[in-house]
Amino acid sequence: MATYQLTVNGKRREVTVDPSTPLLWVLREDLKMTGTKFGCGISACGACTVHVGGVATRSCIVPISHIGDRPIVTIEGISQDAVGRAVQDAWVEKDVVQCGYCQSGQIMSAVALLKDTPKPTDKNIEESMGGNLCRCGTYPRIREAIKTASAQITKGGA
Amino acid sequence: MIRSVDQYEFNRRGFLRVSFAAASGLLVSLYLDPHSAYVVQAQEGTAPAAPASYPPDAFVNIRPDGKIVIQVNRLEFGQGVQTALPMLLADEMDADWTNVIATLAPAADVYKDPLFGIQMVGGSGSIAHSFLQYRELGAKTRAMLIATAADRWGTTADQCRTEASVVHGPDGRSATYAELATDAARKPVPSNVRLKDPKEFRLVGKRVKRLDSRSKCDGSLKFGLDLDLPGMKVAVVAHPPVFGGRVKSFVDDEARRIEGVRDVFEIPLARGTGVAIVADKFWPAKQARSRLKIQWDVIGVEAADSAELWTRYRELSHTPGNVPVNQGDVKALDRIAASDRIVAEYAFPFLAHSPMEPLNTTVRFDGDRAEVWAGSQFQTVDQMAVAEVLGLKPQQVTFHTEMAGGGFGRRAVADSHIQREAATIAKRLRGTPVKLVWTREDDVQGGYYRPMHLHRVEVGVGSDGLPVAWRHVIVGQSITADTPFAGFTTKNGVDSTATEGVADTHYNIPNLHLTVHHPKVNVPVLWWRSVGHTHTAFVMETLIDELATRARVDPIAYRRKVLKPEAKELLSTLDLLEKASAGWRNALPKGHAVGISCHECFGTGVACAVDVSIENKRPRIHRATLAVNCGLAVNPLTVESQFQAGVTFGLSQLMAKGAITLKNGVVEQRNFDGYVPPYIVDAPVAVDVHIVPSGEAPSGCGEPPVPVISPAVVNALARLTGKRYRTLPLVSI
Repeated sequence: MATYQLTVNGKRREVTVDPSTPLLWVLREDLKMTGTKFGCGISACGACTVHVGGVATRSCIVPISHIGDRPIVTIEGISQDAVGRAVQDAWVEKDVVQCGYCQSGQIMSAVALLKDTPKPTDKNIEESMGGNLCRCGTYPRIREAIKTASAQITKGGA
Repeated sequence: MIRSVDQYEFNRRGFLRVSFAAASGLLVSLYLDPHSAYVVQAQEGTAPAAPASYPPDAFVNIRPDGKIVIQVNRLEFGQGVQTALPMLLADEMDADWTNVIATLAPAADVYKDPLFGIQMVGGSGSIAHSFLQYRELGAKTRAMLIATAADRWGTTADQCRTEASVVHGPDGRSATYAELATDAARKPVPSNVRLKDPKEFRLVGKRVKRLDSRSKCDGSLKFGLDLDLPGMKVAVVAHPPVFGGRVKSFVDDEARRIEGVRDVFEIPLARGTGVAIVADKFWPAKQARSRLKIQWDVIGVEAADSAELWTRYRELSHTPGNVPVNQGDVKALDRIAASDRIVAEYAFPFLAHSPMEPLNTTVRFDGDRAEVWAGSQFQTVDQMAVAEVLGLKPQQVTFHTEMAGGGFGRRAVADSHIQREAATIAKRLRGTPVKLVWTREDDVQGGYYRPMHLHRVEVGVGSDGLPVAWRHVIVGQSITADTPFAGFTTKNGVDSTATEGVADTHYNIPNLHLTVHHPKVNVPVLWWRSVGHTHTAFVMETLIDELATRARVDPIAYRRKVLKPEAKELLSTLDLLEKASAGWRNALPKGHAVGISCHECFGTGVACAVDVSIENKRPRIHRATLAVNCGLAVNPLTVESQFQAGVTFGLSQLMAKGAITLKNGVVEQRNFDGYVPPYIVDAPVAVDVHIVPSGEAPSGCGEPPVPVISPAVVNALARLTGKRYRTLPLVSI
């Protein structure tokens, strides 16, 4: 067991856990933030995607001991960000979700994409979203919603 | 819908008492507050009986603040019933849609499927079976509210009208539903009510957005796996490497040394035995499992092996079996010259459902009561199973329906093996809630797959290019064998869930002979979204396409020629498909080809056209156009979503790593690295869905998207490569 100081969605948090514990389980079970999902545990599905130091990261394979002082942003905090809010709104506007289980991860990947590339091509979308599984198959609407959010943020000058 | 666990528990439990009371004849209140809930509880005492009619108060709860809470008698796992069923009720009730809150009902008699007689989601029946039920509930509630207002105003019901949760009377008087609710609850429930004419619908038939969107986009919606109860423990189970294997012995010293591990013990499973690990949290439980040393006893247990099974299935396909269809002359085929015959053998592997939310169930056992939280497609069955394990009566088991992250059939299991595992562990932990979690490895390797199937088909073609004789053999495990469902599905040794799509084909084949074999294999099998149609539609639609090519007839025109004139749903979809896709079909870039298919299942006809090229040796689907005849589309936006996305679920079977295989009894895939569902690049870039206008009653939309896509894609590939693709998954093209 070791104690870690984390910055999650702008707030200081302290946890005492086994150093091997993946960030995903610290978020879900120690910090009770269950918006980040467990899908596979081997970084193959993207349901657990969060931002660590601004980078889209599969939290299921990153041990808590590797986080250091990099700030963490999860689905619960992404609406504080203009791009994050635009993506969430576009998702609702396009009625993207079905079961919804993968969508926290999809949204976190989409936000990371749009922060890097505010006007992504289809190819950019496929590359950035290429590791996020959706068993319901909502991919066509995900594409549309990313383009809607892109139009929104580029119009707003973000 | 944002809710805390506390509110959630209180509402569900309080509500259950009220509906039970209503079922035993005490109609108490249309709204629930803590006081009335306690009053009702005090009056309880008679056991709940199956209701002869549905008391609206078990489904509608008008709160003093004007919010209208509607209970949904189904699991919501993406298909959109949590929005569509309340739409039906709210429309007939003239409720203000912006104030509707939908919640998933717990297990109770009133929430059973009106046709199936158990509480469940399956057979694409949620809307089809509850269409009238939910409309009547809404109309009855409205009638009770109007009667109350009319009494207050000294007028008659026919002088009142309703709109957006308000009753308007003569002389401009009005009252909100919330103001009327308490008195309305004392009115008798009318036995007959007039339902709206479709042209009076305000919500039904409109593109209404999902009620659960925002909470699924901000992380606030709680799925079963997100449940957290005070003092809750987490359990994982080490399952035998071969189905039915048993623990011979195990060493758990290292496992127990992991901080947070509370208990390690052997448990019986639906097949064989396993070792359960109970810990404070998931991570220590999972770590401990990897440190267990277990000796397994697999003596006398059949070690299924895919390669051996194919050999066995192929041999079986050449032997006599059960014959569900023998139409025309079985010998007609023999009179057709070999050059006018196609002989085709198809192979379909085991497939895992792999819903995104791993399987889980939470149980707390308190001695004389138990509480269960599960994203279940089979509440009645699972509630009974938990009761049996714990030595309780089903009504002693409070069963909460949790939001589920997909299911596709995987959460409707006749033996309730997940709930039995959870209850077995909870029994030992008496008083402590425990959440059983199946990891992705447990899911991929845990069985309950779409069964392997081999089809062998011989088709004799007439001089007009149409099929004259068709001899078809299907070999595959029966899904319903040894379950209570066999009585409904199996006749003369043939499980109709293996033959649907062939036995009831809409193609006009004068001489059709179908033989079926159901070998027993030690691999648990299950319905996988669209069930038998997953393989039968592939066989029928690729063969029909091959016949069209052979006859040099356009594949849409050919299908129209072969379909029986009475197949009106399918014919209407072909007409619409032809029109809707004409623009892009006639302007295809070089290197692209069109693939066509059509299929009817669960009462819904679907026709599909895809634009396919080959990129990186894989099919690249640039576009799919779908035409759908599902009767009245209650929520066209949901219908569109189901078809747009459901086709990608269907593409699972074309993925290069889209198969579950066994070697010496052991599943060879472990996780999404070995069993790979479609990612965004594997899905159609765009899908446009066109709905045939219809005034008929609604039919299913959950499963019908799945069967059409794979045959359409390989039909396009066949045009590009000249090859036929009959072995799935599509390892190479």
